Amino acid sequence: MSDSISLAEICISASSKAWEGEGEILATGIGLIPRIAAGLAKLTHNPDLMMTDGETYLISEPVPMGKRDTTHDQVEGYMSYSRVFENLWGGKRHAMVTPTQIDSFGQTNISAIGDYNSPKVQLLGVRGFPGNFINHKNSIFIPSHSLKTFIKGNVDMVSGMGYQNKELSNGKFEIKLVVSNLGVFDFNGKNNNLQLLSLHPGVSVDDVVKNTGFNVMIKSDELTPMPSEEELIFIREVLDPQGIRNSIFGE
Amino acid sequence: MNKIVSYKDVVDQLSDGMIIGIGGWGARRKPMSLIREICQSDLKDLTVVSYGGPDVGLLCAHKKIKKLIFGFVSLDMIPLEAHFRLARQNNEIDVMELDEGMVQWGLRAAAMNLPFLPTRVGLGTDVLTSNPELKLTKSPYADAEELVAMPALNLDVALLHVNKSDEKGNTQIIGPDPFFDELFARAAKKTFISSEEVVSTSELGGKDGAIFNRFERSLVTGVLHSPCGAHPTSCAPNYGFDLNHLKEYSDAAKSFDDYRSKYLNKTHEEYVDTVGGSEAIQKIPLPQF
Repeated sequence: MSDSISLAEICISASSKAWEGEGEILATGIGLIPRIAAGLAKLTHNPDLMMTDGETYLISEPVPMGKRDTTHDQVEGYMSYSRVFENLWGGKRHAMVTPTQIDSFGQTNISAIGDYNSPKVQLLGVRGFPGNFINHKNSIFIPSHSLKTFIKGNVDMVSGMGYQNKELSNGKFEIKLVVSNLGVFDFNGKNNNLQLLSLHPGVSVDDVVKNTGFNVMIKSDELTPMPSEEELIFIREVLDPQGIRNSIFGE
Repeated sequence: MNKIVSYKDVVDQLSDGMIIGIGGWGARRKPMSLIREICQSDLKDLTVVSYGGPDVGLLCAHKKIKKLIFGFVSLDMIPLEAHFRLARQNNEIDVMELDEGMVQWGLRAAAMNLPFLPTRVGLGTDVLTSNPELKLTKSPYADAEELVAMPALNLDVALLHVNKSDEKGNTQIIGPDPFFDELFARAAKKTFISSEEVVSTSELGGKDGAIFNRFERSLVTGVLHSPCGAHPTSCAPNYGFDLNHLKEYSDAAKSFDDYRSKYLNKTHEEYVDTVGGSEAIQKIPLPQF
């Protein structure tokens, strides 16, 4: 089994560590890899996590990717959008999200690229980023680590705040983990500098440096830990039996 | 008491430059039949407040919006809204871009008849720099913390789509998530409802039905009977969103005339027939995420 481990599976396993030791909070993984990763966290090291069915209900077991028979969902509670807002204003949540841009401060952008008044590319809008980042911990997954995603200078439209404004958040702001297609990072370098924690197979420190638009410190250039046999079984047989994860990197 | 109105009655009560709040969320439970009616009217220069989906896009495509107050515009399964993107990229509309929770807070302030509600949300972001009208306020207590004073989003009119209503405006949203429709109704001077079904009060289900009554009838000015009125957005539990239609609509951003002549400038009944009929719409499965 282990010689055919995919990059998506490595990223899922690494991302699931975002929720390690987080206790009984709402875990929100937005997008393919973060969602499977949150489910993996709940099935392995943090069974206390709360999680939704992707819509309005809290469920006891993470829902698998793809079409399913929802009559088997064990609903245990209610989580309308209004309730999500109330929850996040109180800080009992950890989301993993995929911004279009991130900068050296950890500021993130999902709103617009280019001149704000007539954007080159209009994206979603800031959505919940300002509230999420100032109220609770977040982690980041970026599938295409490049100078366009890890950008030099400030992101074009600051949607999620960064470390230089940490004191505005009453102690709540933290980007716990950054997982990309190249490696695993956090912002715990000196002065909250982005730092490399591990490299995915076949990736060099030089690849990371060349594709990051700002200074990245190298805490470790070890190989990212491979998913365990248990994790692989959960990913392949429980969380994503249809293999939808493989579309993210075209594997 | 009878608040039943026609499409024309609703549009007749709207005027140029009004601030209009639209209920629903993204591609879910949008009052689309009323939006199409506005698109084919002479109304212009509207300020729109919305958790945006094809309501915003369609109004953009018809050049009805002067200013958009929003947290996002998305078709859910199709993340980016093509018509809204065009309007923004061509600098056709003014925007007040807010966090989703700030929109809620602004509506809540209006609903509570307050000038603002304080929040940390927005601090440290370009929501503040791109909206210089947003002011800070200082906590009067020992912490003296600087917070955003999110101004009330007072609406002239709210437009909402619901599952059921009686003639008096006793409405029911039966889908599991009522979104922020209640706050839109409370923030508005007048609220017009389009409803899948109009039934007698005795058919509302008594105590069991009353839990779906998300705001009181005194907030409702007019009730429009509009079966399938949310199409192409979803109206749980009645029907899901019409992904094929949303794709066609989305692709129409390249040249809108074909879409317009096919689906607009029709009565709602004609529109429903054009998109396949009410039976077909009722069979569209609810989306799974």
